[in-house]
Amino acid sequence: MGALGRLIRTTAFKLSLVYLVVFSGLTLFLTAYIANNTAQLLDSQVTETIDSEINSLSDQYERGGLRQLVSAVDLRSRRPGASLYLVADSSGRTVVGNVADPPLSILGLSDGDTTSVTYQRLDGDAGRRYDAVVRVFALPGGFKLLVGRDISEIGQLRLLIFGASRYAIIVMVLTGFISWFFIGRSVLKRVENMAETSRRLMSGDLTHRLAIKGSHDEFDNLALSLNEMLDRIEALMTGLQEVSDNIAHDLKTPLNRLRGRLEETLRRGGEVEDYREAITSAMEEADNLIRIFDALLKIARMEAGSSGDSFESLDAADILDEIVELYEPVVEDAGGRLTLETKRPLPLKGNRTLLSQALSNLIDNAIKYGQPEGGKGLSIALTGAFDGEDICLMVTDNGPGIPEADRKKALSRFGRLDEARSRQGSGLGLSLVAAVARLHGGRVVLGDAEPGLKASLHLPKA
Amino acid sequence: MRILVIEDDSEAAAYLVKALDEMGHVAEHAADGEAGAFMAEEGGFDVLIVDRMLPKRDGLSIIEDMRRRGDHTPVLVLSALGQVDDRVRGLRAGGDDYLTKPYAFTELLARVEALARRNRPADVETTYRVGDLVLDRLSHTVTRADTEIPLQPREFRLLEYLMRNAGQVVTRTMLLENVWDYHFDPQTNVIDVHVSRLRGKIDKGFDKPLLHTVRGAGYMIREAGPDRGGEAAWVRSGG
Repeated sequence: MGALGRLIRTTAFKLSLVYLVVFSGLTLFLTAYIANNTAQLLDSQVTETIDSEINSLSDQYERGGLRQLVSAVDLRSRRPGASLYLVADSSGRTVVGNVADPPLSILGLSDGDTTSVTYQRLDGDAGRRYDAVVRVFALPGGFKLLVGRDISEIGQLRLLIFGASRYAIIVMVLTGFISWFFIGRSVLKRVENMAETSRRLMSGDLTHRLAIKGSHDEFDNLALSLNEMLDRIEALMTGLQEVSDNIAHDLKTPLNRLRGRLEETLRRGGEVEDYREAITSAMEEADNLIRIFDALLKIARMEAGSSGDSFESLDAADILDEIVELYEPVVEDAGGRLTLETKRPLPLKGNRTLLSQALSNLIDNAIKYGQPEGGKGLSIALTGAFDGEDICLMVTDNGPGIPEADRKKALSRFGRLDEARSRQGSGLGLSLVAAVARLHGGRVVLGDAEPGLKASLHLPKA
Repeated sequence: MRILVIEDDSEAAAYLVKALDEMGHVAEHAADGEAGAFMAEEGGFDVLIVDRMLPKRDGLSIIEDMRRRGDHTPVLVLSALGQVDDRVRGLRAGGDDYLTKPYAFTELLARVEALARRNRPADVETTYRVGDLVLDRLSHTVTRADTEIPLQPREFRLLEYLMRNAGQVVTRTMLLENVWDYHFDPQTNVIDVHVSRLRGKIDKGFDKPLLHTVRGAGYMIREAGPDRGGEAAWVRSGG
């Protein structure tokens, strides 16, 4: 199968074919209907004309007998475009009229019969016969009056109509094939472009995109959404790359430390108690590694948007209540105060565990890094409010805050600010919060509480 | 207790079986899904520890089969998959508890023991008693030495859970999951603070403490002090 074969297999071809068949059928039906109706109309007109002629001629006969009839027929038959007239005697001989050789069978018809015949005109070409409708009227004395009307024009009209429809169908088929050829070719070309692009993408060049013609047709729409999909895939691939880079960095460091410590213990030797201590600290290090790893996996899965954690209808105010209940004693023990102020209900669609974890991370951070300087007491405020179409859950502390320049870094994966690096934790707390927000279709905003950090979780209202 | 361990990692399984034996249990091991399903069908175990991903047969399908047979032996599902939905799937298949690898052996032991007690009459009792501490589940009152101790609702639930598992180690994660219904790991040790507040209410002013800290493992409520915390603190599995 060559290029033609491919053209024939296009959808455009199949559609063209279907439309051709449908429209040809319709045209035929329409033509037949019009031709038929027209013919019927003309036929009935012919019959009416004949009837009125016979009526008027029989009037003449009644008034002036055969003589007047003959002269009237003679007069009428000489007019241009006249009807057919014939008066014959009982033996079938023509008395007067414009019909050359009336078939005897006609004259044998009884009074009032209507029939179609072919006839020869007196003034026409010899041998050429015309179609006509005639009616016979019997006169006393065996005479017969025949009045008819030429109907060959009606036949011609019918032929004309059918001829026109034949041309119409031929033109239609031709146009159909031509348009199929061009449409099919352009469709094939665009599809081939897409196939070519996808081959290049598959070969690893993820930066390539489908061409947009700007015609806003379905192909452009398809290309647009495919390009969006490719953007997403590229972002995910980049994310994956980042994750593996970060794993290499932030997991290898503690692993190296762990290994070094064990090696040192082995080299130095010592009492059972020394070993026990080394093992305990190694286990703590391992636990921390597990924590980092868990957080990483969780973030990666959420960023892929495939956490699969089922969303349910929740009231964020309940989540706030519960998390405050969990943390209040901790903050109080740290010499601080945890307050909650919320609108209720705050309806949203989400995952309670993930949202609780996000809030818990924010409060954890506030406890760890939000201690105010100068011996003032730590004060953490949780607020739940509406912000336009969003629900805004905010954790505010009165500590040193994060300088504006560092805020973006604080939200990025492994974005542990230097002062946080020295403390325990995965360094993924805020990035996990950001991932939870994104999974819920929202975002995290870090602001200045003057003094302190204002971390708010903006989530779409249900 | 007879415990069946269905786990394909032979080293982890051998370690687990040995550690369970040391704790006074009788543990048997099946190395793949089919052998595990066969041994589970034979029955006679108090608790099953089932890995989710096994050769020959999926761990969850073994549990589903057991439940269809009407076998309600408690099952602890072990898995490297720790996402919330994996947990839900494990529990929906008929698992009673879910533990993510890698885990601490103390955590596993505490959960296995809690599972084994699950079907005991303790659950239908209306009052729990440890020494002179009495918790009435119907009237929601707690008394010690006949003096009523006022507790917050959450403190009541915390104490209720500890007393239902009296004499057994209860880990922080178990408390977080069962009392607060949170399935994540808060970085601050919030549970310790809640327990110490509870301890302040039920133990303060009495010469015999009931609520004990088991070092490296969790908490235990009982009349006498914890007798195995020292060991448990450093017995851990690499899973």
